[in-house]
Amino acid sequence: MEPGEHLFRRESGRMVATLTRIFGVHNLALAEDVVQDAFCRALEVWKFRGMPENPSAWLMVTAKNRALDVLRRERTARTFAPELGRLLESEWTLAPAVEEIFAPNAIQDDQLRMMFSCCHPRLLEEAQVALVLHILCGFSVSEVAAAFVSSHAAMQKRISRAKKVLAGSQKLFDIADSADFAARLPAVLRALYLLFNEGYHGASAESAVRADLCREAMRLAALLREHPLTATPATFALSALMSLHAARLPARLDASGELRSLFDQDRSRWDAHLVEEGQKLLDLSAHGPELTEYHLEASIAWVHATAPSAEDTDWGMIVSFYDKLTAIRTSPVVALNRAIAIAQRDGPQHGLEEIQAIANSERLAGYPFYHAALGEFQFRSGRPDAAREHFRAALALARNAMERRFLEHRLVACQPALSSSVARE
Amino acid sequence: MSEFVYLYRGGETNRSPERMQQTMQKWMAWFKELGEKGHIKEPGHPLERGGKLVKGKQKTITDGPFAEAKDVIGGYTLVEARDLDQAVELSKGCPIFDVEGAVEVRPVMKM
Repeated sequence: MEPGEHLFRRESGRMVATLTRIFGVHNLALAEDVVQDAFCRALEVWKFRGMPENPSAWLMVTAKNRALDVLRRERTARTFAPELGRLLESEWTLAPAVEEIFAPNAIQDDQLRMMFSCCHPRLLEEAQVALVLHILCGFSVSEVAAAFVSSHAAMQKRISRAKKVLAGSQKLFDIADSADFAARLPAVLRALYLLFNEGYHGASAESAVRADLCREAMRLAALLREHPLTATPATFALSALMSLHAARLPARLDASGELRSLFDQDRSRWDAHLVEEGQKLLDLSAHGPELTEYHLEASIAWVHATAPSAEDTDWGMIVSFYDKLTAIRTSPVVALNRAIAIAQRDGPQHGLEEIQAIANSERLAGYPFYHAALGEFQFRSGRPDAAREHFRAALALARNAMERRFLEHRLVACQPALSSSVARE
Repeated sequence: MSEFVYLYRGGETNRSPERMQQTMQKWMAWFKELGEKGHIKEPGHPLERGGKLVKGKQKTITDGPFAEAKDVIGGYTLVEARDLDQAVELSKGCPIFDVEGAVEVRPVMKM
């Protein structure tokens, strides 16, 4: 194993999902304990004997054996998964039943069940995302807290409340047998979208955290694509969107670690393989009449990903996608991005007018890039004084050192040539 | 070359997955280093913390652990070294010292 590789993160989601299937969702905490224990035991042995060829398989076997121990020891004291109740009562049926649940394709379904269960309608979106990250992606509470720039205590509270709701649901969400499957799928997609976005645009400054979140969102989206029920056009569109955005990740920071906007990224550093994959996924999303926000966002990302430069981008096409997106989901951030595209197409003055026309723009007041966009347009319209005001406002809202430095550079760029006396002040 | 047994005593009891993984990587690196220099006769095994103690003429059976947590033997390794001094010197690389554990170095008695 490579040092630094997160074996537990990679494996625990599958193990918890499968054990919860056996123990029942009300015993979620027990499943988590057993997984931790199995993991720690395996590592203790590997410490002496070396890593096996296939650590994932070993971990699963360890988890299975621990599960059997628990079932034998506690079957009179606890109730386990109701749908397995009978099978667990006799030793004759216990082992084969557990064996079946640990079959590879069953394990995959368990992860889907868990993903859908985490997106419980009684939970707020941010709680759903935190739960997905904690249970399915094996992030510890402090890692989830770091990802969302929240305190450990606050995240601990949020996650344990969410777990209570999850444990209180009668059983795991069965995607093949639930009337509200169609209603729950959008919530799952949304959670993965938010998870990806947190990695891509989020407030956490640490680039490793960001990349991890994007990767996890992509991994879970791939699971959805592999099951016939969840491989919908919207799932493909969301996956396309993630690939096309992720393709640009390597260029978001330049060689000196500074944040680069889309307009001045080194496009040769974009990941051609991911662009290609995104394009394929976008093709696959085009089956059927469904046109979701993910289709439109993916299409916008595709135009960017295939444009040779910011100037040679088909901004007209991008504006038209934003128009359609606005019709599906009106949000101030979408409106802001649309205004930026219009400024590119028609000039900064038009961009300014669009921004001023945004309804609920007060909801953007706390968003640094709203002020930065205003600053940019004022600057390009030849009003550096007004531009500086906006960049200062943006700077005051910057969420991390990288954003701060980026905005400071913009602020300096629209400074009039300083006379030496002013500079010394 | 003579043979020695390392008995690992005490160390970490708080086992979070992240820490366990770090710990494992340190141990593997240490074992690798010893192995490459030809000092590992048999890497040994970790031991369960609990067990039974059978004692006395009456063969009374009691449940383990048999020592305080800081003294419980958590595993063993058979090493080869020139002499006790070298075996002791080699043991100093053991990651157990990061977590307040100890290594007991015992020469294997030979005729």
